[in-house]
Amino acid sequence: MSGSSEPKKYKNSFLNWIEFRLPIVSYIEKEYKDYPMPKNCNYFWSFGALATILLVVLIISGVFLAMNYTPHTDLAFESVERIMRDVSYGWFLRYLHSNGAAFFFIAVYIHMIRSMYYGSYKYPRELNWILGVFIYLLMMATSFLGYTLPWGQMSYWGATVITNLFSAIPVIGEGLKTWILGDYNVGNATLNRFFALHYVLPFVILGVVGLHVVAVHVHGSNNPVGIDIKSKKDTVSFFPYMIIKDTLAVCVLGVIISIVIFFGPNLMAEVDNYIPANPMVTPSHIVANWYLAPFYAILRAIPDKLGGVTLMFAAILILFVLPWLDTSKTRSCNYRPIYKWFMMLFFVNFFILGYVGMKPAEGTYLLIARIGLVYYFSFLLILTPLVGKIEKPKQMPASISDIYSDINLTKSEYKKETN
Amino acid sequence: MKVILFTLLFLFPNINIFASGNYNEMPKHQWSFDGISGTFDRASIQRGYKVYREVCAGCHSMKLLYYRDLIDIGFSADEVKAIAAEYTVLDGPNDEGEMFERSARPSDHFVSPFSNEQEARLNNNGSYPPDLSVITKAKKHGYNYIYNLLLGYKEPPEDFDIGEGMYYNQWKEGNQIAMAQPLDEDYVDYDDGTENTLPQLAKDVTTFLVWSAEPELEVRKNLGIKVVLFFIILGFIVFFAKNRLWKNVH
Repeated sequence: MSGSSEPKKYKNSFLNWIEFRLPIVSYIEKEYKDYPMPKNCNYFWSFGALATILLVVLIISGVFLAMNYTPHTDLAFESVERIMRDVSYGWFLRYLHSNGAAFFFIAVYIHMIRSMYYGSYKYPRELNWILGVFIYLLMMATSFLGYTLPWGQMSYWGATVITNLFSAIPVIGEGLKTWILGDYNVGNATLNRFFALHYVLPFVILGVVGLHVVAVHVHGSNNPVGIDIKSKKDTVSFFPYMIIKDTLAVCVLGVIISIVIFFGPNLMAEVDNYIPANPMVTPSHIVANWYLAPFYAILRAIPDKLGGVTLMFAAILILFVLPWLDTSKTRSCNYRPIYKWFMMLFFVNFFILGYVGMKPAEGTYLLIARIGLVYYFSFLLILTPLVGKIEKPKQMPASISDIYSDINLTKSEYKKETN
Repeated sequence: MKVILFTLLFLFPNINIFASGNYNEMPKHQWSFDGISGTFDRASIQRGYKVYREVCAGCHSMKLLYYRDLIDIGFSADEVKAIAAEYTVLDGPNDEGEMFERSARPSDHFVSPFSNEQEARLNNNGSYPPDLSVITKAKKHGYNYIYNLLLGYKEPPEDFDIGEGMYYNQWKEGNQIAMAQPLDEDYVDYDDGTENTLPQLAKDVTTFLVWSAEPELEVRKNLGIKVVLFFIILGFIVFFAKNRLWKNVH
């Protein structure tokens, strides 16, 4: 018997059988049960889990939608409406999928804000950050492709505007655009390939998410103080301490996303997308999905097409090198009195860019977009390297468990004084 | 708490973006299907269908609806059969290879007034009457817009330069609309004795169009209450479990 030569690790003989051949049981035990999490992690640390769950929900609902969807310009709009009307709980599948995508972006944005604010991207987690930005890029591509599929007015014109950007590239631009579209204009060939790509990319995302998770488990999670784990006293095990927090986060997300899906499923949708695509009629103003709007604002802030496209892609790609732009060794912004405020302003600025990205590019909106664009780049390229050099970080606690003893100390001191 | 706060913070400014527009003053009205427990007034949908059939259907198609869908709003299977039979559809080819006309069945889509866009434009002074199947989802301000539009026909102001064959409407963007005033008092006679004033006709046909655009509305809202309650209750249980578990950690 092969099993007898192996020391029995688990009571369950089936698990032992598996473990002997593929040590996946001990891997899961190590990474998802005993895995030490800093015990001071707040609920910002639940958004990675939320994003992963949303991704899985999107993939599952998407597979069922694909079973009923027809990627043809004459049939796509009607097939989507057929899902809404005649497929059992098809309306739920579709509203879950479209709003789920929006919530996926919300979760990932908060996850990124957390990573930036608490300096999770710094040594030794740079590769983790790079994988994350890569996921973000893939998400943007996937959501754009998916937005084309219902073949409404905004689908068609959104696809036209975005693919047109490629024609701005000198020399190869026009050829590249035609190669992407499979035709000279957005048409049936485009819809077919966009559907194929929209189906496959989420699985690529899932793969990169796997790498992202494995990578973060190598050096462990960052925490709000931004100092390394010194001893076992600083940590709690992933199961059950983090699992229960993540479950609570899932419940809160469940409430919010359900309210949107069941009571306002079209709040985040564009009304024009309920009009079938018509190449002869241009909508009065073509808007990006709100979660891509900040970059759309940057694109339109530049009067030159090539310049706008370059800056838009630069705005995303620059994120890849953020770990090397930041010169400060201090991770958490809680201990960086100056940079903290610039960081907050960066988040607000990104939000404002998103707002103006949904408005017509004229007058005050254009001005705001340009100011926002300047701050976006100067924060990353000037302020981040500079402030790191001149700023004096605040005194940090020696270890994570010290935070709690400090609190107790100050509390008792306070008591003494009042007595 | 933080989770809720931040998610809401992310969500709501965006919702406001969508809600704001050029014509924010669009009046809102009371509807039975509004709110978290909203339901349709079946009698109103049926009256609205009569308005659609006798007035709107002259120009506007509703291609996404089947005659069988009318069973949902309270018609019996036989009534639906009779309604469908009033229309003819092109079917075929038959065994001789010929296309033939037959009366419509409950399983047929609503028959369109024009066979194609070109014919529709020819008969409507060059403009194309939109399909009404999902019209309340396809317009900003949705059903309130449709209702206001139907009541919004007025004499143009003196300095207003109105186009050839166009009509003045207070709520249409740009105030010019190619559709002549479609409804007025007494245009449709109701079988159930409801007064056929213009606001009543407009209200009924709007209700019908909302049902057409969102036939799942009642099921959706009903299920929604249960799902939200489930997550709230589960959330509380998990919250107390979490507190108990973490009590000794710090």
